Amino acid sequence: MIRLDQVTRTLSPRFALGPLSLEFGDGTTSVLIGPSGGGKSTVLRLIAGLVAPDGGRVLFGNDVLAPGNAQALRQRMGYVIQEGGLFPHLTAGENVALVGRYLKRPPGELRARLEDLCEIAAITPSLLARYPAELSGGQRQRVALMRALLLDPNVLLLDEPLGALDPVTRRGLQEELKSIFARVRKTVIMVTHDMAEAAHFAGELILLREGRVLQRGSLDDLVKRPADPYVTEFVSAHRSPLDRART
Amino acid sequence: MKILFAAAAIFLAGTAFCAQTLTVGSKRFTESYILGEIVAMTAQHAGDAQVLHRPGLGNTGIVYAALKNGEIDVYPEYTGTIEREILKASGPLDLEGLNRELAPLGLAAAVPLGFNNTYALAMQEDRARALGVRTISDLVSHADVVMGLSQEFIARADGWPGLKKAYGLPHDTPRGLDHGLAYAAIAAGQVDVIDAYTTDAKIGRYKLRVLEDDRHFFPTYDAVLLYRADLPRRLPRTWEALSRLRGSLDENRMIALNARAELDGKSFADVAREFLGERQSNVAGNGLLARLFAPDFGRLAFEHVTLVGLSLLAAIAIGMPLGVLAFRVSASRRWVLSAVGVIQTVPSLALFAFLIPLFGKIGSVPALMALFLYALLPIVRNTYTGLSDIAPALRESAIALGLSPAYRLRVVELPLAARAILAGVKTSAVINVGTATIAAFIGAGGFGERIAQGLALNDNSMLLAGAIPAAALALIVDGLFELLDRWLVPAGLRQAKAAD
Repeated sequence: MIRLDQVTRTLSPRFALGPLSLEFGDGTTSVLIGPSGGGKSTVLRLIAGLVAPDGGRVLFGNDVLAPGNAQALRQRMGYVIQEGGLFPHLTAGENVALVGRYLKRPPGELRARLEDLCEIAAITPSLLARYPAELSGGQRQRVALMRALLLDPNVLLLDEPLGALDPVTRRGLQEELKSIFARVRKTVIMVTHDMAEAAHFAGELILLREGRVLQRGSLDDLVKRPADPYVTEFVSAHRSPLDRART
Repeated sequence: MKILFAAAAIFLAGTAFCAQTLTVGSKRFTESYILGEIVAMTAQHAGDAQVLHRPGLGNTGIVYAALKNGEIDVYPEYTGTIEREILKASGPLDLEGLNRELAPLGLAAAVPLGFNNTYALAMQEDRARALGVRTISDLVSHADVVMGLSQEFIARADGWPGLKKAYGLPHDTPRGLDHGLAYAAIAAGQVDVIDAYTTDAKIGRYKLRVLEDDRHFFPTYDAVLLYRADLPRRLPRTWEALSRLRGSLDENRMIALNARAELDGKSFADVAREFLGERQSNVAGNGLLARLFAPDFGRLAFEHVTLVGLSLLAAIAIGMPLGVLAFRVSASRRWVLSAVGVIQTVPSLALFAFLIPLFGKIGSVPALMALFLYALLPIVRNTYTGLSDIAPALRESAIALGLSPAYRLRVVELPLAARAILAGVKTSAVINVGTATIAAFIGAGGFGERIAQGLALNDNSMLLAGAIPAAALALIVDGLFELLDRWLVPAGLRQAKAAD
């Protein structure tokens, strides 16, 4: 279980996060949604220890995230960002295996793990010899997911993982990711600004605005029982023009 | 096993024997360059040592320091200079006296070459003959001759004031004249008598008569060899050959040799060869091409490349960690970057000159140090900017993977900054190829040696023979780094760049 306990963080004179208290249960998938600058990514970065809270605590089970244990805790999390964050000077395979090489995992074990991951992420093993620049956007995100899954972490942090993809690729990958999540049984925390994508992935949505949680609940809750007029505004703004054309 | 040892011993003895070297030095003026060449060629001819001439090392202080440190074994010097400048003796000393004083220093002076390069008074040959003036004493009865003396000569106690007193000359103290103009003035008949050095090339050119110093007022500046006392024992055959130079050059001969170099534009080596009777001047002629590929080409290229290479390696070894420090520890950033920046603003010759007393020697050590300091800035700055320019998303991805800071630096950050760092190293290398030419002025060798000689002699083709290979070397270095870029910059980065 991951818990944010009264976390605050000032990022600029105009933007402060929190105080924020959130819980993410083991094996659940949660989606952080909300307008740009609402603090979605900052929540992920706080959990990954990339920014430190000004006040409050981030807990992994009973462990409080601190500079002393951050590196070890990160090895129990997988983190994927919009453009994948793959290192351009390493091949896809080297990117995936990097943290395993750092931890001096036996080569045989690493090879086997890579094969498993290729199957999970639906990547042809021969693609692993390519450099990121030689892969398509969708392939890059799959490889980034493989890299995040290498150490079989408990937690997956996904910051707009499909944000840079074209709609068709994006749609296909949404389906696939959902089945991958179901299969690997991780605690998944995902950031997106796309309502449809959010509803597709998660039972539970967390709507953040100006550093605070406006509402937490299912899509149904947000539509039918909005906690704030802005919730309705945000949800209706995301109705597709196609929906509107149909009505 | 024993056989192996014996073989090794023989091999070592062999290399020690072959490695016998003799290094000849000279000062930075025509006569010293020529004498240095003569000594070097004579020694080479004797055949028991590898001979190296390091021409135009500098003034007396620098060349003497090089001799004392053992960087050179022998150089041409003048007895008066040894007496006054080196030993700072109170009274006049003959050669024997000089050697008594030199012995505790591990040095000795011998082989008077046969001429005395001292102050003298000179008149136009025709005018002197007409007036019947042969000696300085003869001037006493010619109060009407016009003196055209240099400022320096008028000011020195051992110049005009002493001379006037010693000979009882009736002439008034004239106004000072620029030494260069004095020759034109005497040729035009505006003055009758000028001061000169007894072996000045222009004495021959302007057909001047050197008046005999019949009262021996001027100190003696006999040309001799000043050498490390162990030289005759270490290289007896070479020493025997050098000893045969005794008395081989009188003033007129030396004037002629100086004139060959200064007025006819012959190279020092050619002048020396002409003197030694080896008619090889057609082999290494006067043309630019011949000078470019003169026999010293290999040595100069090796010295130049060594200077640049070693200083560059040191700058990489120190500069990259400094760049990383500036990147990782923000408190150090300003200090590191401004410190290496300030070094860059020190003019090179000033830096070289400053480093000589610091190391107590001339030559490669201060030169390497100076080149190392100059090479730092581009490497430190490019390492720092290369690392800073890595996309934050990539840096954070590496952190989020749970890699240690050291591993991140080695496997992710430095490879991503490789292109920028390499560009910095290339800049340093190319700058150093140019700056290394100035190192010749403090005796570190390299192509700058020819440039220094060319400047000393106002000889453009000699200057070009140094400047062209230095420029070519800079281009070659530039090209090599292009290849290195292909080899060192990770393939994925080039792919990424091509895809952009």
